[in-house]
Amino acid sequence: MDVHKHAFKEETYELLAELETSLLELEETPDDMEQIGRVFRAMHTIKGSGAMFGFEDIADFTHNVETVFDKVRGGSIQVTRELVNLTLAARDHIKDLLDEGGDADEIQANGIIAALGKLLVQGNPDEAVAALPGMTHEEPMVPGPIITCRIRFRPAQDIFASGTNPLLLLNELREFGECIVTAHTEDIPPLKELDPEACYIFWDIILSTSQGINAIKDVFIFVVDDCELTMDILDDGERDIDGVQPDRLGEILVKRGDVSDKHLQKALETQNRIGEILIQEKATSRASVASALAEQEQVKKRIAQRKETVVSTSIRVPADKLDQLVDLVGELVTVQARLSEKAATEKDADLVAIAEEVEMLTGGLRDNAMGIRMLQIGTTFSNFKRLVRDLSNELDKKIELTTTGGDTELDKTVIERLKDPLVHIIRNSIDHGIESPAVRKAGGKPETGTIHLKAEHSGANVLIEISDDGKGLDVEVIRQKAGEKGILPIDADLSEREILNLIFSPGFSTATQVTDVSGRGVGMDVVKNGIEALGGSIDLESRKGEGTTITLKLPLTLAIIDGLLVTIGGDYFVLPLASVEECVELPHNRDEKKKGGNILNVRGEIVPFIRLRKEYAIHTDRPELEHVVIMEANGKRVGFVVDNVIGGHQTVIKNLGGAFKKARDISGATILGDGTVALIVDVNKILDL
Amino acid sequence: MGKTILTADDSASMRQMVTFTLEGAGYEVVEAVDGKDGLAKISKAKVDMIITDLNMPKMDGIEMIRNARAMPQYKFIPIILLTTESQDGKKKEGRAAGATGWITKPFKPEQLLAVIKKVLK
Repeated sequence: MDVHKHAFKEETYELLAELETSLLELEETPDDMEQIGRVFRAMHTIKGSGAMFGFEDIADFTHNVETVFDKVRGGSIQVTRELVNLTLAARDHIKDLLDEGGDADEIQANGIIAALGKLLVQGNPDEAVAALPGMTHEEPMVPGPIITCRIRFRPAQDIFASGTNPLLLLNELREFGECIVTAHTEDIPPLKELDPEACYIFWDIILSTSQGINAIKDVFIFVVDDCELTMDILDDGERDIDGVQPDRLGEILVKRGDVSDKHLQKALETQNRIGEILIQEKATSRASVASALAEQEQVKKRIAQRKETVVSTSIRVPADKLDQLVDLVGELVTVQARLSEKAATEKDADLVAIAEEVEMLTGGLRDNAMGIRMLQIGTTFSNFKRLVRDLSNELDKKIELTTTGGDTELDKTVIERLKDPLVHIIRNSIDHGIESPAVRKAGGKPETGTIHLKAEHSGANVLIEISDDGKGLDVEVIRQKAGEKGILPIDADLSEREILNLIFSPGFSTATQVTDVSGRGVGMDVVKNGIEALGGSIDLESRKGEGTTITLKLPLTLAIIDGLLVTIGGDYFVLPLASVEECVELPHNRDEKKKGGNILNVRGEIVPFIRLRKEYAIHTDRPELEHVVIMEANGKRVGFVVDNVIGGHQTVIKNLGGAFKKARDISGATILGDGTVALIVDVNKILDL
Repeated sequence: MGKTILTADDSASMRQMVTFTLEGAGYEVVEAVDGKDGLAKISKAKVDMIITDLNMPKMDGIEMIRNARAMPQYKFIPIILLTTESQDGKKKEGRAAGATGWITKPFKPEQLLAVIKKVLK
């Protein structure tokens, strides 16, 4: 800093010398604006730099002269001999202050200031009072309580023209504490009307910080005149938290002015999810609701955090700990089954009673542990709203996404792995299913197409239905395409349903044009594989001109599957029950070396079969009577020959571990009630091999 | 590569202080003694940001901002105006001319850097 001080001194001496010359010239020609400007600038620089380099006394003193000359520049004070004399005296005083060890006369200084003040009053009495403001000094930072506030920041459309990057301001806020930012994009006009240099986006920010409201205001200091900025404190961090409830969604929207009270009341009367209704009613935008929900969430969270010391309502647990818990519960279920079996054979009333109690408790524990891993599918559904909106805009189509059953719960892993297939299906619907508004209108349909997502429970499964009211699939086109691609003999006799399901064949695409959205039709086979890997199945229904419905049937959880327990040569195997269609007996004494020896006639239908005995290289004698489990796999009906079918079995899946990585036709193992290990057959992999 | 900032100020000590602070923070600095000089310098080589004093001989800060904004390459860059307490009205005038923000003198080096962080990516 000493370097700077030295530079300042040298500069100021120079300026003071110039100042003297200017003042003397000004005495000759009092109206010379250039000289007046020069004096003002000299004073201004001395003041500004003086304060910067630690010469506060000079800065404070010079400020008075500068103020007077500002008025001279503005024409409200005339240059007089008196003014020149005063300014020269002031100049000398500044020089004295600057000279190290110089004897600056304070009394003289005060005299100059008083005289200058008098001139100011003559010039403009109103402003004289404000003539001598003190220099700003920084207030010490004291961390306050954590406040939560809601900020709406809507920059003027021409904000970019001032070189302002609103994102930097948001980043600044993010550094203050926990910050949830929701961007409102609903004002963005169609591409044709879009001015690339205008800002159409505005933001809702929910911020929890200890910085204090003034620090938050400071963030927007440069833009405050060019933006709409509202700030409301939601939680000041100090008020009593007993019985404090975050505002309801509707209340938040009304407080923010996003929704009128009338609209809210109307929506409340229908007693549905308020946000959905308000959006449907076009009373507000999706972003407004999302942002209001974020606020609600954040306030809830803050209150919860403050209450945490008293009561904790929820805790965060790493996912792998949950996996371990489910694993252990699985083991427990197995042991419990053994216990029940033992109790039944021992015929000890006490033991039976204990076993029954253990069974009940284990069942409860199992359901509970599984329940912890369950998530509502609704969040996944709402993610697709954006997808639909963006893609339909891109393709100039009008599409609305509606959902039902968002509160249906599914295993976390299932939901995670369900996302990609769903994206694919929805993309296909948007791209190939829903027609353009013009075509729809011509066909007598509403211009806006609908894609509906529905989730519901069905026993141990969840059904997810994706339906659109688009143009549907053309059976003839699919048949022809399949013929061309060699997927199907051109004269094959297939039912309509079978033909429709051909779109899940690898390398099949009916789209005549390749688009960015659904690409080259890579996909439906991938979708099918994805769903089947989850132990689910996929089905498709479509009517030409009316729309397409794809139904996914998924297991509630991946940790437990419903299986069909079978034996082969004394070993136990489990087949996934979801794809089992029926069991038939295998007529014995067949010559399988003959042509058509691996084909079975089931009520007039030809079904090929595979011997699992051969597949798993089990070299024991075949029993007199064998059974064929007919299963649906990869869209075909295939029989699997086993020795004996035992029955349905709820299976807790255990992974086989790295040593069995190469055994691709086995997807896992399970432990039976008596401790025996049963292998779970991966039907699809067997067919691929 | 570091960002280049133009500092326009008729006070050599202010320029020195700004340059010292900016260079210390890893920026490259181009100095100009007034608005006219500043415009000449930024026409020759592109800068990423401008920090200009308000009162300068030949061409003042506001005029310089107006001229810079008229150049296509400087339409959207951040421009900071150095003002003093007594020039509150000038902030608005500067804003209207296209200034991104302002720093009120006197300021500390860290305040200068904080403002730069606020406007320069």
